Amino acid sequence: MAEVKELVKELSGKYGNKRESLIPILQGIIDRNYYLSKEAMLEVARELDVSAAEIYGTASFYSFLDTEAKGKYKIRVCKSITCDMKGKNSVVATMEGMLKIKVGETTQDERFSLLETNCIGLCDEGPAMLINDECFTKLTPEKVRTILGDYVRNKF
Amino acid sequence: MANNITLTIDGTKVTVDQGQSILDAAKKVDIRIPTLCHHEDLCVAGNCRVCVVEMEGRNNLIPSCATPAEEGMEIITSSPKVRRARKDIMALLVSEHNTQCTTCYRSTNCELQDLAAEYNVDNNMYLSVLKPNGTIDKSSWSVEKDDSKCIRCQRCVRTCAEIQHVNALAVTERGRDMKVSTFMHLPMNEIVCTNCGQCITHCPTGALTERRYYDEIWEAIDDPEKHVVINTAPSVRVALGETLGFKVGERVTGKMVTALKKIGFDSVLDTDFTADLTIIEEANELLVRLKKAFVTKEEVALPMITSCSPGWVKFIEHMYPDHLAHLSTCKSPQQMFGALTKTYYAEKIGVDPSKIVSVAGMPCAAKKFEANRPEMRDSGFQDVDAGLTTRELGHMIKQSGLDFLDLEDSDFDSHMGESTGAAVIFGATGGVMEAALRTAYVVITGRNVPFENLNITPIRGMESIKEATIKFENCVSEYSFLEGVEAKFAIAHGLTNARTIMDQIARGESPYVFIEIMACPGGCIGGGGQPIPTNNEIRLQRIKAIYDEDMGKPIRMSHENPEIKKIYQEFLKEPLGEKSHHLLHTKYRKRKRY
Repeated sequence: MAEVKELVKELSGKYGNKRESLIPILQGIIDRNYYLSKEAMLEVARELDVSAAEIYGTASFYSFLDTEAKGKYKIRVCKSITCDMKGKNSVVATMEGMLKIKVGETTQDERFSLLETNCIGLCDEGPAMLINDECFTKLTPEKVRTILGDYVRNKF
Repeated sequence: MANNITLTIDGTKVTVDQGQSILDAAKKVDIRIPTLCHHEDLCVAGNCRVCVVEMEGRNNLIPSCATPAEEGMEIITSSPKVRRARKDIMALLVSEHNTQCTTCYRSTNCELQDLAAEYNVDNNMYLSVLKPNGTIDKSSWSVEKDDSKCIRCQRCVRTCAEIQHVNALAVTERGRDMKVSTFMHLPMNEIVCTNCGQCITHCPTGALTERRYYDEIWEAIDDPEKHVVINTAPSVRVALGETLGFKVGERVTGKMVTALKKIGFDSVLDTDFTADLTIIEEANELLVRLKKAFVTKEEVALPMITSCSPGWVKFIEHMYPDHLAHLSTCKSPQQMFGALTKTYYAEKIGVDPSKIVSVAGMPCAAKKFEANRPEMRDSGFQDVDAGLTTRELGHMIKQSGLDFLDLEDSDFDSHMGESTGAAVIFGATGGVMEAALRTAYVVITGRNVPFENLNITPIRGMESIKEATIKFENCVSEYSFLEGVEAKFAIAHGLTNARTIMDQIARGESPYVFIEIMACPGGCIGGGGQPIPTNNEIRLQRIKAIYDEDMGKPIRMSHENPEIKKIYQEFLKEPLGEKSHHLLHTKYRKRKRY
């Protein structure tokens, strides 16, 4: 993890230290540190001279701005009704088995978090999921075993 | 702006300024539209939808608070469609509200309760979506937060942002999980909160209330071992009546004293006494600072800023920790009173100070926190055992069964019961400054302030930041260094305005020598412990009552208070002396800004 103080400075240098720079800065922290720690949010508050409660209010509004520790790879499986009907549950069960964690949890080595998300707009190609910014569609237990297997073996 | 828009509301034509809402227009012709999230002190939110009205030519109902009036609009504020919608909206709000009205502190003074009853809402129309196992945050000395009663109107959030610029409360999460909360849902005592209590006076329900202490006070009163003393602040007497059936702006000083005596307080004293004392100490402190700046050319923090308002003091500790030297070291009148109650007063009446319970009746929520500051134990005991709000005092009087309306007047008890008009006006924004100037001018020039009847009217009123310039001429020899000096003074109320003043100081551009800052809009009369509702109209009426009380006082300058003269002769010896330093002055601490 990057040193929070320097990271926030770097990001505010890039995006500015106005109120409207808040979301790009928060996204920048997520990119590097995977989640917004308490220290990170306080540092942003200091940098933008905005109250910490406001930073938290903004962060907690967006599902993709995590305020709890998450793994490097965030797997977000769509939980909306279309994906659900197309077999999301077996996809989730496969990944739970592979990672030995339940939905909402993070692996011990902090590489993977298995999460559910609201609709990600891929209903026509469900079940769908995201691993960080990459999307995977028309999932089956077999397909997801290959995709996740690749991450487990090759991506650190 | 010119009156330039004419619309029709319920068949009545009304003309309003461009930009005014339909709700504003309706008020102008005395048509009442119910509201919940709307508050005249705050920006429009339009989230509760209770104020919906029908508009000719429009299918949907529109929120009257958030819709600007337009030329030729035809509005109907009460139709079957409107009434049905409002009833439904109320029922939905009630379904997420913890309807413990029988035991709620805000019962009978609750906007949600009033409207739910008015619209004959069936409590069971919708399934309750109240989240189970809600806990009440009682961590703060001052503010209690019960999310189960929150209807998410966000008046508190807007208050904390707009009036106070503290932003301790924010809207967190989203959709059905959305709630008004703090940074990472931390308890209220761990966040950057000034305890001003403005969120409480702006809350339409019982979600935010002051932490209440009157049960403990009843216990103390009932304990024959205990000598229970109460002192009441100037703003209490001009607002307490509102909770007990009097009109806004009615002064109830004498009845309040009678009621408190009948309730069983062993002694009812006047915080105004220590307000006068504050003036003596603070005026001398200012003169010492000026002498250092002008004569001995020492490094000294100017402008000096008042320290009576505990919300303001905590604000500067958090927000401007590097500028604490500007604060007067004088304790607030409440804390001076506490320290003297268990020393000077105890000695006078011959009671063991360990048996004294010292209570302060205050228009304030932050006073509760202040009373519990660990440094406030200079008497050897906790100087102030409890701070009660005006509302709590109203409750105690109701509980006692007294017929307040018909009580006779009585006077405050002696030893610290005597006060002047200068002390009374502490309750209104600009009052401390005016009181200080009345005394300081005499000290410096030997003459009274050059204003008719001592009324320094330029620094009165609700303007956000007020300024005055006074030129000192023909000074007495001791203060000849001020001869011809044009001293500038400023007054700010509400912490957003305080921030403007402080930013100027931080930039090194402050032209003032002395500044008065009060945390709450209007000063203490608009405090977080005052009767609800509070709005500008009510603030102005309470302010008027304060100045009327001042005019009615035979003595109107602090240094002429006979009990003040006596306490210096017999006990304190001299302003800023050793005893004063020990009992009446304090230090401040740096706190985190975020």
